[in-house]
Amino acid sequence: MNYSDFLYMRPELSLIAVTIVLLLFDLFTGAKVRAKYMHPLACVLLLLHIVLNVFPMHEDVSLFGSMYQSNTITGIVKSVLAVSTFIVFLQGYNWLKREDTRHKQGEFYVLTLSTLIGMNFMLSAGHFLMFFLGLELAAVPMACLIAFDKYKHHSAEAGAKYILSSLFSSGLMLYGISFIYGTVGTLYFDDVAGGLTGSPLQIMALVFFFSGLGFKISLVPFHLWTADVYQGAPTAVTSYLSVVSKGAGAFALMIILFKVFAPMYAQWQEILFWVIIASITIANLFAIRQNNLKRFLAFSSISQAGYIMLGVIAGNAEGMTSLIYYILVYMVANFAAFGVINVIEQKSGGKVNMSDYDGLYKTNPKLSFIMTLSLFSLAGIPPFAGFFSKFFIFMSAFSAGFHVLVFIALVNTIISLYYYLKVVKAMYINKSDSPIATLRSDGYTRAGLALCTAGILLLGLISAVYDSINCFAFGM
Amino acid sequence: MINIEYYLIVSTIMMFAGVYGFFTRRNLLAILISVELILNSVDINFAVFNRFLFPGQLEGFFFAMFAIGVSAAETAVAIAIIINIYRNLRNIQVRNMNEMKG
Repeated sequence: MNYSDFLYMRPELSLIAVTIVLLLFDLFTGAKVRAKYMHPLACVLLLLHIVLNVFPMHEDVSLFGSMYQSNTITGIVKSVLAVSTFIVFLQGYNWLKREDTRHKQGEFYVLTLSTLIGMNFMLSAGHFLMFFLGLELAAVPMACLIAFDKYKHHSAEAGAKYILSSLFSSGLMLYGISFIYGTVGTLYFDDVAGGLTGSPLQIMALVFFFSGLGFKISLVPFHLWTADVYQGAPTAVTSYLSVVSKGAGAFALMIILFKVFAPMYAQWQEILFWVIIASITIANLFAIRQNNLKRFLAFSSISQAGYIMLGVIAGNAEGMTSLIYYILVYMVANFAAFGVINVIEQKSGGKVNMSDYDGLYKTNPKLSFIMTLSLFSLAGIPPFAGFFSKFFIFMSAFSAGFHVLVFIALVNTIISLYYYLKVVKAMYINKSDSPIATLRSDGYTRAGLALCTAGILLLGLISAVYDSINCFAFGM
Repeated sequence: MINIEYYLIVSTIMMFAGVYGFFTRRNLLAILISVELILNSVDINFAVFNRFLFPGQLEGFFFAMFAIGVSAAETAVAIAIIINIYRNLRNIQVRNMNEMKG
């Protein structure tokens, strides 16, 4: 065995090192030191990891008998995920320093980084076993994170719903993989692609595999767990779940459909076509009638997952670029929205309903402004990044000939404008006798919100972002 | 010699019994048992395909072993969360878990 292979796994190794350091720090320091230095240490170490890996290696590597494959584009996605986790850490401080979570905040960092390691392995998998292990390494600590508020009934309920649906979905996925193994005789991605012929058994395997992953990124027939889990989980975890977990799942699904299931293009295109229409439309209709903001963003994120899948259906390099770009833009917008919700929830004693936000502009103009920007970006209103990401992803599907699909997506964008603006209306126009009091957020939260706001404003205008991703993207 | 079809019939019945149980059971532990049925049917599939169709290699056996290990880890976490629910609610029936509605 050649041990120098490990040197190519830079992102994973540095993440594992960060996790171990944090675990040891949590174990061997006193309560006072921990309370004071744990959060800065976690942020600094993660920042160090990001800086070390921000320039991905410009070569395709295939290690350990091609169990592990990595190229520049997966390196870019890994960096995006690490930056997202960093923002979650910044915004989570508010919640972590609370009386009932302070003593166990070390666990939060270790669990979050474990899921991140799992996602990294999932993205670089070259074999279905590796993929499965990465997926589970991302899913199991995630359930612990969702049930983190131990004394809150909602949190435990959400955790149970998540772990059971995640077990069920991995069962379905494994059932699909077992039939792929039965018909092809190997599970290496490169060899499976050569052996697929589109026989009925393989189509069944594809459907099972797709529905397993559909659960993870909550596309519509498989979305039933999403709203409850998003509402019950602590807000910092919800934002992690809605952006990082979903983005990693979507990109991994894309890689596998491109690399492994390329011979069955016609079949998975058909599946995706209907799933996208269902996700966007049904999630939009449900989002209109939500009053709880976390549930509202849950349905919004389901419909955004439908838009993300638009980048996959075309099967070209343009689609891959626009998918990554979309995830990046969706990340900053969603984090800004969840950041504001988190601050207000922590400072006002758990207010998360839309009616609580009446008259917020009078008392907290800056927070309302950031919320407005992020909602505009999610809806895709021109000067913000969300418009450009939607434009690119529609273009990639349109140029591949999916005109009806793009038209339906466009109509849905207009519907989504209605419910995004409902929140803006509550903040600026509705009057309230007892609006949420003026509050000051701490430095970490402000840094996180500033990062997101800069992203919303600049990502769309700086064309270098899209172009540099575009250099490395590949199609089928 | 038992043919491959019989093994596959057993594993398919287990799989869909698990799916049926997952949607109809009203107790969290019973739901967990149903999910375990699904995962075990997958393990049978891998072992049988490996033994009968590709006897020269070990890929299917290894996948089954990893799947067993991972499902054990997931079950441990699931039971921990269920115990936590029991402490909060004093029972684990699904009908009591309706605090969140849209």
